[in-house]
Amino acid sequence: MRRLLWSIAVLISSVCCGQTPRLPQGASGDEILKKVDLNMFSENKIILSRMIIHGERGSRTVEAKSWQRGTRESFSEFLAPARDKGTKMLKLQDMLWTYSPSTDRTILISGHMLRQSLMGSDLSYEDMMEDPHLPHLYTATVSSEEAIGGRLCWVLDLAARKEEISYFSRKVWVDKARYILLKENLYAKSGKLLKTMDIREVMEVKSHWIAKSILYKDALKEGEGTEFFVDSIVLDTTIPDYIFSKAALRK
Amino acid sequence: MYIFKLAFRNILGAGLRTWLNVVALSFSFVAIIFLQGIYTGMNDQVEQATIDAFYGGGQFWEKSYDPYDPLTLDDAHAPLPASLEDLVKSGQAAPLLIRPAAIYPEGRFRTILLKGIAPQQNVLSIPSSLLKDGEGLIPALIGTRMAKSTGLHKGDELTIQWRDAHGTFDARTVVIADIVRTSVQEIDNGQVWIPLDQLQSLSAMPGHATMVVLKRNTQPPAMLQGWEFRSLDYLLQDLHAVVRSKRIGGSILYLVLLFLAMLAIFDTQVLSIFRRKKEMGTLMALGMTRWSIIELFTLEGGLHGILAACVAALYGIPLLGYIARTGWELPGAADTVGFAIGEKLFPTYSAGLIVGTTVLVLLVTTIVSFLPTRKIAQLKPTDALRGKMS
Repeated sequence: MRRLLWSIAVLISSVCCGQTPRLPQGASGDEILKKVDLNMFSENKIILSRMIIHGERGSRTVEAKSWQRGTRESFSEFLAPARDKGTKMLKLQDMLWTYSPSTDRTILISGHMLRQSLMGSDLSYEDMMEDPHLPHLYTATVSSEEAIGGRLCWVLDLAARKEEISYFSRKVWVDKARYILLKENLYAKSGKLLKTMDIREVMEVKSHWIAKSILYKDALKEGEGTEFFVDSIVLDTTIPDYIFSKAALRK
Repeated sequence: MYIFKLAFRNILGAGLRTWLNVVALSFSFVAIIFLQGIYTGMNDQVEQATIDAFYGGGQFWEKSYDPYDPLTLDDAHAPLPASLEDLVKSGQAAPLLIRPAAIYPEGRFRTILLKGIAPQQNVLSIPSSLLKDGEGLIPALIGTRMAKSTGLHKGDELTIQWRDAHGTFDARTVVIADIVRTSVQEIDNGQVWIPLDQLQSLSAMPGHATMVVLKRNTQPPAMLQGWEFRSLDYLLQDLHAVVRSKRIGGSILYLVLLFLAMLAIFDTQVLSIFRRKKEMGTLMALGMTRWSIIELFTLEGGLHGILAACVAALYGIPLLGYIARTGWELPGAADTVGFAIGEKLFPTYSAGLIVGTTVLVLLVTTIVSFLPTRKIAQLKPTDALRGKMS
């Protein structure tokens, strides 16, 4: 009882101070995951990002501006390279459309096409479609503690709550002080490692710790993976409704 | 009859000119029969190989399956109806489960179709019995084209990634149990075959199949809910259409050959009529009608065709017979055109083909021989005797 009261007191005081609440020692995996979720999500955000895709024939950089509202609506416009400039993507709930200016056509990405690589990167379209709220999808248990880049982390084993899920299990490394994932491994049902994500740099924006530089890697594929950089981010800003409409794709 | 004798004597008397025409025309005969035989043989060979390896005696497709639309594959699976289950148990049918998947040969991503087949089936010629033992790993079969394009060899291990019925990723390592030497693309390119029960179990689709292939001459059950029967006529229609279009394309070559031969016949006829005006005048003076002379000259031209058929038979029968027995070895590049031909193509010459070609060439030769002779209809015997054409 005393522990519970202590937890509530810590939580209230942290929220009041606008800081990420800290969990006591011995916190459960699910509690940690909820805290990660709390840290990760904001109402709205506008992100300017760069993606460096390392392929067999060299590397290329894709720049994009994205508008996100909650986790179910997002709109992205590619700014560079010239070949991809003007390409737009709209995600509404479970639907994903892309617009290509060269063909002036809007295409609904569905079924088999969702498995295709996103702009040749190590990410697939369906990785974008995943519900990013991990506590909705997984139960977590703390398996150990490890240090990554000098930051002490909880290592959580995530097991799927339901059958309808892309990755059967995950292993995540959560910064104990900042509640941000510093590393994530995604596994197949057989336990084979499929994808990895390494966060190399983080930044604090409005009391949220956000990944600034991430390396995504398809573990089954050879290569150096895909680097993702957040160049600027604006949280909890006003985004007009028309951005999240199909009409915006052709604008 | 005397016209026939006269015509025959005349063309033999023309010597080398006649034989040059005859030999040129005989080439057309042989080329037409050879090319037609090639297309017929190709059709038969591809049809037989594809039936043996994949089509069987027809297929039942799960209702959402469309081989030309990969988007349908996710949902194209269902448990077998009782009547198909009975056929499978009695060895009269083989169920196949098809799942979209990805492989990573040499670390490169490649999408494939992962196909499950029962190792004990004897409906299709795929050597599925080789899938019985994987020494702890899932055994897999691939075709020669697939092996070549991925650089895989027998005994190599390969990671395959796919989604189960719930959309969850699974990835397993399979071992290439053997490379199947097949000419049938439908079981080769972009495909990996593993045991059906393992694919069903790993995909959380127990007892499910995408299609059921019937053994040849098996009576298909009546309409089945959720399944559509595709007869051999339906399955082979694309192949027949391709062969038909290739046959039409190929016909351009023998039309050119025939045209050249006909040009030679036409020239010969024009020259004959020009040079033999006095002869025509003499024949008319002796009482021959103009139409009898036209008949004579047309017959002379037509006899070129008959002689060409005889000459063509003389060297064509042994030559084409030899090719039909030993086959025509195809260059390596031919393997990539997408036809289940194999390394050798065996032409098929039917009686209809030979008779039809002979009749066609004779008919065309006769018509071409007749055309220049129409001038004779206006010929005056007095002018002809003086060597003039009126």
